[in-house]
Amino acid sequence: MNWETVIGLEIHTQLATQSKIFSGAPTAYGAEPNTQACPVDLGLPGVLPVLNREAVRMAVKFGLAVEARIAPRSEFARKNYFYQDLPKGYQISQYDWPLVEGGHLDIDLEDGSRKRIGITRAHLEEDAGKSLHEDFHGMTGVDLNRAGTPLMEIVSEPDLRSPAEAAAYMKKLHALVRYLEICDGNMQEGSFRCDANVSVRPAGSEAFGTRTELKNLNSFRFVERALAYEVERQIDLLESGGQVVQETRLYDVDQGVTRTMRTKEEADDYRYFPEPDLLPVEIGADFVADVRETLPELPDEKRRRFIEEYGLPAYDAGVLTATRELAEFYESAVTESGGYAKRTANWIMSEFLAYLNKDSLELADSPVTPEMLGTLIARIEDETVSGRVAKDVFEAMWSGEGGPDEVIERKGLKQVTDTAAIEAMVDEAIANNPQQLEQYRAGKEKLFGFFVGQVMKASGGKANPQLVNELLKRKLDES
Amino acid sequence: MHHKTVAEASAALRAGEVSSRELTDALLGRIEQLDPQLNSLITVTAEQARAAADAADERLSAGQGGPLTGVPLIHKDIFCTEGVATTCGSRMLAPFQAPYSATVVERLGAAGAVMLGKANMDEFAMGSSNETSYFGPVRNPWDLEAVPGGSSGGSAAAVAARLAPAATGTDTGGSIRQPAALSGVCGLKPTYGRVSRYGMVAFASSLDQAGPFARTAEDLALLLGAMAGFDERDSTSVEHVVPDYTDGLSRSIKGLRIGVPPEFFGEGLDADVRSRVNAALEVLEGEGAELVEVALPNMELALPAYYVIAPAEASSNLARYDGVRFGHRCAEPQSLEDLYKRSRAEGFGDEVKRRILVGTYALSAGYYDAYYRKAQQIRRLVADDFRRALEEVDVIAGPTAPTPAFNLGERSDDPVQMYLSDIYTLAVNLAGLPGLSVPAGLSRGRPVGLQLIGGYFEEARLLNVAHKYQQVTDWHKQVPEGFE
Repeated sequence: MNWETVIGLEIHTQLATQSKIFSGAPTAYGAEPNTQACPVDLGLPGVLPVLNREAVRMAVKFGLAVEARIAPRSEFARKNYFYQDLPKGYQISQYDWPLVEGGHLDIDLEDGSRKRIGITRAHLEEDAGKSLHEDFHGMTGVDLNRAGTPLMEIVSEPDLRSPAEAAAYMKKLHALVRYLEICDGNMQEGSFRCDANVSVRPAGSEAFGTRTELKNLNSFRFVERALAYEVERQIDLLESGGQVVQETRLYDVDQGVTRTMRTKEEADDYRYFPEPDLLPVEIGADFVADVRETLPELPDEKRRRFIEEYGLPAYDAGVLTATRELAEFYESAVTESGGYAKRTANWIMSEFLAYLNKDSLELADSPVTPEMLGTLIARIEDETVSGRVAKDVFEAMWSGEGGPDEVIERKGLKQVTDTAAIEAMVDEAIANNPQQLEQYRAGKEKLFGFFVGQVMKASGGKANPQLVNELLKRKLDES
Repeated sequence: MHHKTVAEASAALRAGEVSSRELTDALLGRIEQLDPQLNSLITVTAEQARAAADAADERLSAGQGGPLTGVPLIHKDIFCTEGVATTCGSRMLAPFQAPYSATVVERLGAAGAVMLGKANMDEFAMGSSNETSYFGPVRNPWDLEAVPGGSSGGSAAAVAARLAPAATGTDTGGSIRQPAALSGVCGLKPTYGRVSRYGMVAFASSLDQAGPFARTAEDLALLLGAMAGFDERDSTSVEHVVPDYTDGLSRSIKGLRIGVPPEFFGEGLDADVRSRVNAALEVLEGEGAELVEVALPNMELALPAYYVIAPAEASSNLARYDGVRFGHRCAEPQSLEDLYKRSRAEGFGDEVKRRILVGTYALSAGYYDAYYRKAQQIRRLVADDFRRALEEVDVIAGPTAPTPAFNLGERSDDPVQMYLSDIYTLAVNLAGLPGLSVPAGLSRGRPVGLQLIGGYFEEARLLNVAHKYQQVTDWHKQVPEGFE
């Protein structure tokens, strides 16, 4: 039987506010345990939540970016459950009346087509603290620094049809929230976390199959792998006459499998009810208009512009607009190069990204600035160096040896374009290799490359390759 | 000296006839001598009180300070007080000290009031007799066999016994007005949002409201003026101008329309209470007010709706008492579940447990629509009843409680009988309106209260009516035997 996969994602993004969603405590990551939790975050008796306006602004910004409806009136609700790192015994979240409803995001599929993924809703809530199970001799430590950190939960429609689509959607959303500067996207620190609902059904069937929920898929790779495993598990189960049980499963990264975490029967009854300590959130048209003013150029628009303005292939434009930082790097470098858009794109996509990757560096930490790269490209274009030598210059810049002009100067890498000097080297190469000359002239034309090599070697790589080619051709063929 | 009202004490302090230190020492002496009979205080803060009194005296002698500077009072032990234990009448919070003070405590402190101690109360404000306190019941100064009412029973009893001229309380379903009535003092529950709830241990967040106790309406006006106002730390507090509540106290009530709902005079109302309240209404009529019958047809639904909403919110508000971060923690927990179960089983009393269970049930999947949602619909109907009635009249009047104070133990085994003590008060909380109880006589030696209910933010009008009533009656001047 042919099976169709149905996936919906719930993504928790940590909003990049300075203070917590319901208190004035700072949100910075990595502080000593329990030093960034005030009485409100600790859930002490009598203290009350006060909504952080900035968190609302960020959620509205997201809503506008995915063309969703911004609810003029939304409401917080309490989600009640007991856990050691949930200080109040309830999480303040949104339930019946979320802030953002009904948006969409377009993803690119491998076959080059685009697909629109529905966004059901996005709502605000507070994060819980962290439980630390090591170092406490069989006990559990609780760090409440993270308690009260603002989260926006983004729920997709069950529109994703493969693990690859799920990963593409997640990447797209990740790029978007970073473009919007509402989330730092740091997945190691938990700023961007994903749960997935997945089911399979016979191809052509309308009804959904029984779904499972996969928890904590905290990298693009794990999302794809965990979903692939889970889809296969469900199909095997169904094909062998079994049934999928509705439950929450946890992905085991080491084993590459998913395991039951809790079944539907064990699931908590969260007893949601409207949060009486907070008034409903009312958002006026003015506020929405103000936020709209702050929207940056979004990834899709930027990509379109890169194709039109820089004449880039769609693929290049996609790579270069993957993050706002890379797009900005590219545009600065192009300007500096004097407008050599395609060559700059090639350099970034090959050398630059490879070096970043090799050294596991973030773009912001790159030793090569867009100005340096742009200047280097200008030097190729004005024939100061060849493309070949430029790679050496780049490596030197990466090692911190200075800007392109400095490196070229100091290492004497300026390209030789003096025809007489190159001619002399050509003559010498021919004179020194009479045997090869004879063979070449007898028809073994691939020896042309041998002569080019000899000349380049003699010039220390600096001879203008075009001139070398021209002169060699003339001399070898002139018999 | 201890018979002075807030206004009298204030005048004497400013005239230099008495110092705050003298007044404070005198009252601390009375507390030491008389409170063992009453058990109205959980904590006495003698040392801090003397220091605060000395500071107040310095300001007074420099000609500074306001009407409350140097005036002693007692805070219900539901208000967090930095550096002093806040127990909320529970074993759960017996070891708790907040690192902050409630806005009410801060504001009264800033106004110069001197805290003598923290008043006993029903555990987590759940009760109508002050018998659910972990620290033992409070006795009614008018009759030591009787309860003082609850949940702010300690505050009411202390003011009645002249241990302090004033006290703070909180009212979720009648917890200021009912003990005020049963103990023969004045108590005011302001409009929801009038006074900040910050630092006040939550029982039912959408109903809880802080207010003052005193022996006169004039004193309530002085106290409310200091307590009221928007607080950015409480999103449900309202940005509404705070008037000088003493301003219109003596205004004539000639032509004032007083609504009398028959629903407040039906079955279950004690005959004595009925006649006392009717007599009080006649007094007001004699002052020129016009009595008009108004209907509150959904009143009988208020009690069941209240006993869904309040426990539902409480079940969630009390989830934080889990033994993890503060408060009572069981000995040697074996697991997280064991920690929760034993800490909460040991830390909470029966009434609190009952309400947590009821509230949890009402919010559970499959019951939410039948209980919580339905109760919220009734809440709107009750509020609409009051809104319509208050379009016809200026204030609504009736008994505060259906009976005078009952004996200790009399209702403690019958929760429903106990809940009926608040039958006339809790609808006011559902609607969020202000309500005031003023002493209106005695029944077999036990006090009876007249309840006045007004429109949103019309506390000044209630204070005006109560003040006019007290100008021509002397119930508030009577002193319980043994506390002269």
